[in-house]
Amino acid sequence: MCTRRQDERFYPAGPEEPEGQAVLLADSFAQQFRPITDERPKVLLPLVNVPMIDYTLEWLASAGVEEVFVFCCAHAKQVTSYLEREWTSQSNFTVTPIESRDCVSAGDALRVIDQRGVVRGDFILISGDTVSNMSLKEVLKEHQERRRKDKLAVMTMVYRRCKPHPLIHQSRLGNEELLLVTDPSTKQLLHYDSLKEAGGRESTKQQTLARQVVLERSLLSHRPAVQLCSDVQDCHIDICSPEVLLLFTDNFDYQHLRRDFVKGLLSDEILGNKIHTYEIVGDYAARIDNLRAYDVVSKDIIHRWTYPMVPDIRFASPETGIKIGRSNIYKEDGVVLAPSTIIGPSTVVGSGTSISDKSIVKNSVIGRGCTIGSNVVIEGSHIWNNVTIGDNVQIRHAVVCDGVNLKAGAILEPGVVLSFKVVIGENFTVPAYSKISLVLQRHEEDSSDEELEYAEAASGVAGSPPSPLYDRMSGSQADDGDEAPESPRWDPLEVGVGGAGCKWSTGQDDEWRHSVAPIPAERVREIVAREEEAELEDAARDMITSSRNDNVAEQLDDDEEADEEDDSLFFDKEVEAFFRRAVTGESSVENVVLEVNSLKLADDRSFSDCAGAMFRALLNLAAQEPQTTSGELLQNTRQIVVQWGSLLRRFLKHQDDEMEVLLVFEEICTEDNKEYAPIFASVLQELYDKDVISEEAIIAWASEKQHADESDKIFVKQCEKFIQWLQEASEEEEEDEDEAAYPEYGSVASATRCVAKSMDALISSDRTDLSLPVQIAQMRDILQLCSHLSTYEE
Amino acid sequence: MVATMPDVQPLVDEFCTKLNRRQVEGSLDTAKLALVLLRQVISAQRIPPNASAAVLIDAIKAVGVRMIAANLIELAVGNIVRRVLHIIREEDASLAITVVPGVNVAVDSDDEDNSDIREQSSSHAVAAANRNVLRAPSLHNLLESNPNPVKADVTVASTGDSADTKSRSGDKNSRSWKLKHNVIESINIMLDELQDYHSQVAEQALEHIHQNEVILTLGRSRTLLHFLLGAKKKRSFQVVVAEGSPRYQGHKLAKELTAENLSTTLITDSAVFAMISRVNMVIVGAHAVMANGGVLAPVGLHMVALAAKRHAVPFVVLTGLHKLCPLYPHNPFTLLNDMKSPSEILDFGELSGCLNGVTGGPESHVFNPTFDYIPPELVSLFITDTGGHNPSYVYRLVAEFYSPEDIVL
Repeated sequence: MCTRRQDERFYPAGPEEPEGQAVLLADSFAQQFRPITDERPKVLLPLVNVPMIDYTLEWLASAGVEEVFVFCCAHAKQVTSYLEREWTSQSNFTVTPIESRDCVSAGDALRVIDQRGVVRGDFILISGDTVSNMSLKEVLKEHQERRRKDKLAVMTMVYRRCKPHPLIHQSRLGNEELLLVTDPSTKQLLHYDSLKEAGGRESTKQQTLARQVVLERSLLSHRPAVQLCSDVQDCHIDICSPEVLLLFTDNFDYQHLRRDFVKGLLSDEILGNKIHTYEIVGDYAARIDNLRAYDVVSKDIIHRWTYPMVPDIRFASPETGIKIGRSNIYKEDGVVLAPSTIIGPSTVVGSGTSISDKSIVKNSVIGRGCTIGSNVVIEGSHIWNNVTIGDNVQIRHAVVCDGVNLKAGAILEPGVVLSFKVVIGENFTVPAYSKISLVLQRHEEDSSDEELEYAEAASGVAGSPPSPLYDRMSGSQADDGDEAPESPRWDPLEVGVGGAGCKWSTGQDDEWRHSVAPIPAERVREIVAREEEAELEDAARDMITSSRNDNVAEQLDDDEEADEEDDSLFFDKEVEAFFRRAVTGESSVENVVLEVNSLKLADDRSFSDCAGAMFRALLNLAAQEPQTTSGELLQNTRQIVVQWGSLLRRFLKHQDDEMEVLLVFEEICTEDNKEYAPIFASVLQELYDKDVISEEAIIAWASEKQHADESDKIFVKQCEKFIQWLQEASEEEEEDEDEAAYPEYGSVASATRCVAKSMDALISSDRTDLSLPVQIAQMRDILQLCSHLSTYEE
Repeated sequence: MVATMPDVQPLVDEFCTKLNRRQVEGSLDTAKLALVLLRQVISAQRIPPNASAAVLIDAIKAVGVRMIAANLIELAVGNIVRRVLHIIREEDASLAITVVPGVNVAVDSDDEDNSDIREQSSSHAVAAANRNVLRAPSLHNLLESNPNPVKADVTVASTGDSADTKSRSGDKNSRSWKLKHNVIESINIMLDELQDYHSQVAEQALEHIHQNEVILTLGRSRTLLHFLLGAKKKRSFQVVVAEGSPRYQGHKLAKELTAENLSTTLITDSAVFAMISRVNMVIVGAHAVMANGGVLAPVGLHMVALAAKRHAVPFVVLTGLHKLCPLYPHNPFTLLNDMKSPSEILDFGELSGCLNGVTGGPESHVFNPTFDYIPPELVSLFITDTGGHNPSYVYRLVAEFYSPEDIVL
């Protein structure tokens, strides 16, 4: 046709454009909508009186997609005939159904599509229950640009931000939180974790545990930063490259798009395929994968978040012409309302529906051709087409499918789902969350994996049975249900007297999670309480970690303290063993020194450690000698020091090492061998006398201790006299020395020189291991010298 | 129901889909596209020799109804359809006159089928003359120069019994061709008018904006931009722009005006009342002008109009004839507003806890209407491409450009 050619001139790239293709899975491969989906495919279920697939197709068409492959599996006949009827007349938009009967998962579906070889370039992969109004232009552009640079960027996932509160997640789409880890600069997806899957549905405990997510360290390498978002909602809109289909074919065990494919891709480092993310801002996108999402998305549509995908614009057919009134009340032509009927806000009423006196309809969607009696209350419910509702019926937060008959006085409690053509008897109350269908539940299904979607729908079992059943039932109804041989088939306890249908048991106690009914108050409290609990836990954990981080040194300690203790104990033991061998004469002193030195190197120790260990060994040896009084102990110690002092001295290379010995001695006195405590001063003096410990070390030790706690000062006080004597001696000595060393310059000059020298020594010392107290002590020495200077001048 | 030509059908479908998907927006663009499409429909329509104008009218009506239904709120589509219908009726009537002896020019042209230029001018002269004729008789008509009362009588009679006219002219095969030709020429003139619309309006700017005045406006309209720039050529004045929440088109306008070296002040919509006492004139664009002189304009303008009324500041509306809608706002079939997505006002999810009533309690709603209806008594003046008019005169314009039988399609 000439117009076709003209169109191609207007859009020159035409069919060659790779972005023109989409793959739509008209099967969610899940069972959330059973029993309704046993009779009709999910994509054809009416969402605000329009089949769900229309929203998806219309969106794709207006977003510029030219070719859509609709993959049908369950109830394929119904889907294809619907598509042929409604979607074949569009220009610039072709819808091609692909049928397959033996697919049980999205993975199978994509493998079938790959076999057909119809996808030529990048394509959009969505399921037929997606409602969106986002513009695809930008995300496609981003994807293609990335592809040009990097062939491995095979997929772009679309997500949307939402509030990070689990209650809101629950109330929004009935999903648990999702955790995405992305690279903020490249938007590459690094980790995808649905907390729902981790936590499972089982218990409260597990869900709290599921809040913890383990990330591999490799995620962080080579990246300046990673971004963790838990406030996102997966829109289930993916821009895929043809490689995605190949990947599915190669990995025949990939079933679930997210659980298997995305996670598989992320964990697979050999091929290096990358997934990127795209955040939509302002636009709407949501997938209906359970009844709560169905309810919520319906309301979003009524509230016009999906503009222009709203009832009065995109889906208004001239025959039914729909008008929007104040507070989002939509009425189609030919609605008959009694004057006393109250239509509340956010309500849609389809054409041909009549509502009698004093009925109240609020927040609900009512389909076409319904007959509603008087004094009926309908609240937050979804009533599909041709439903008959008797007088005084009350319906709250329920889904009522086509052709259902509710006899007078029936009450549907929140969360009820009535499948096609169910009849509820007079004055019967359907308990909350029950699901009733004319199709009998196949129990063997329950054990199966959830991947199996609409049961044996594909084998055609589901499509046929309801009609004969219903025919019989309607026949019996015509006789006013008096005898009807079939009536025993329906349990009056389930659907009331004269009702038709059987109750489906789901075997799950968390029906409220995915039901159309609002979350019950106690559940809300539960979730909030759990959340608070978890927050407290988090806070506690935070405190621990923060205290850990308080101090860098301490952090190391915390981590390695245990190790270090073990190590030092082991080191001490080793050194002692070497020493003992020397004592017993098994090895010479030289050998002991050698061995200890090699141990020092192996364990990366310092001389002071060795000296400390050695000193400890000495004292242990002394303490082992038979003794009764501290005098005897002192005697023993003296002997040992005399005998082995030379050995100890081998490790005292510096004043610090000597100080370490003193500190170890202190430690021994307070912890290991309390017997030494009374004779501390005497032993110290002995050590000094035998030149093991120099006077400088002792003075430094004393001055270091000056600012310590009282408890630490016990031993300093004990040796106060000795130290005092030492100090005086050293001063005298210095004076003598100075005057002796520089007699010609006089005392002042020599003192000045001495000050300068020690200052130099202090400044130029590159000994970083000098502790602050030691430095302070040295400074003090210098100051002392300065004060001497001043006295000299006087 | 109408055997419309297969070639045009896909084009009509495409245009309707585009309208429906809101891919075509803005009165002027929509009007132009609709007009071009209708021209194609007319040129493709085969007219049987003995059923002239009625076939064409039916065809246009069939297409028109679909286009109007595709986007109810874009009233310009309906306006264009009705004007085209009016043109067809007019040309039909003028052709009927040419049959009647006595109008020399017409008779001349009748003989010379090939001389296009002359024929054009002649038929247009006749059409222009007939414009007066087709109007309902009024005082205004009497006061206007009335060149040929005899002719008027004839045509009134001819439109009255059109069946008669048709039977008389039916046998003439060239007549239907001429009708089509004339209609298409008139449509081309209309297209040119639409093309020049901005400059036509801008030309009048100097008469309305004076030196050192302060002009207030809200949001943005292209007509307004041209108008202000037209005045800027000779005058220096200040413009106060209210930002026009939630679409904030005012920001864009302020930038554009500043780029053109106009002294511009941007204020919030809520500051309009505080500002209005310092303003000499409010000038705004409009979405549509209703038959009673009421205006459909971007949301927030009713408030501005009330503020202007309170401070006796003239409220001037710039509009084109394509925005002139022959419907009255009290008509229940006229959809006056477009409720857009609340996401323009509020990020999705901000209210999600409240929107769905977690516990089933009352919900909060967010409404985002696109338009305000400003009643005619708040409007001081309409400036159109044909000059300035009072709101009370609008019904006369409607009568001039539309035929009463087309108002309900």
